[in-house]
Amino acid sequence: MRVLIFYLLIIGAGTAGELCVARSMKAVGEVKDFRPTALLAVIPRVLRVPWTWIGLTLMGTAFFSLLALLSTENVSFVVPVTALSYGVGALGGKFFLGEQVTRRRWAGVLLVCAGVALVIAGRG
Amino acid sequence: MKASRGLHFKTYLLIFLMVIFGPLGNVLLGKGMKRVGAASFESVPEILNLLGRVLMSGTIWLGIGSLITFFAAYMLVLSWADYSYVQPASSVAYAVVALLAHLMLREVVTPTRWIGVILICMGVLVVGHTPPRTTEPS
Repeated sequence: MRVLIFYLLIIGAGTAGELCVARSMKAVGEVKDFRPTALLAVIPRVLRVPWTWIGLTLMGTAFFSLLALLSTENVSFVVPVTALSYGVGALGGKFFLGEQVTRRRWAGVLLVCAGVALVIAGRG
Repeated sequence: MKASRGLHFKTYLLIFLMVIFGPLGNVLLGKGMKRVGAASFESVPEILNLLGRVLMSGTIWLGIGSLITFFAAYMLVLSWADYSYVQPASSVAYAVVALLAHLMLREVVTPTRWIGVILICMGVLVVGHTPPRTTEPS
């Protein structure tokens, strides 16, 4: 049961966190200068966007859940199973955001789910 | 044209960094956590003790460093490239993580599991090659 909650946190909080961070980076704009000093100058701009903080909190939650799982489970098992986030993303897009999920996208999600099923079944 | 080629180069370079450092970070975290021992959350002192052991592990800090490198590359690339482009491009990370877990941690990856990992990579690739916007901006 606890293991299930950790998987749900990695998938749910991790995906939501990534979306928040993607949104904040779009607000910051394209990074064109890759000199170390210029990269450092980007950091305060990123931290001023509220989405960054929401995203980091969610990703932190996912991170500690991952650590807890890795204390007992194999890396080659935990990480592939977290790919179920693509399924959650497609379902969330359709029912929560009202997006039209194309057949092709469903096909991809189905492949991912089949792959996760095999990873679980292939427990050596 | 030159600017566009430069944009492609830096995009590929950062995706390459993501595909290497993301899986490497996960494998190092796995190695560190196996040494720390099974996580238990029965009482507050136990949780604090666990946290202390986690923060004292050099392997875990190396893993965190790798994941920060991954995350920095990821955020930088998202500042110009679309999420729906980066996501499928990084699908190969699922194969890299299984490979590294096998090579560095001696984890047993059964043939069935390899096929599963390859299906996941293909699925992520297909998911990414769909239209990035299906809702009309209002």
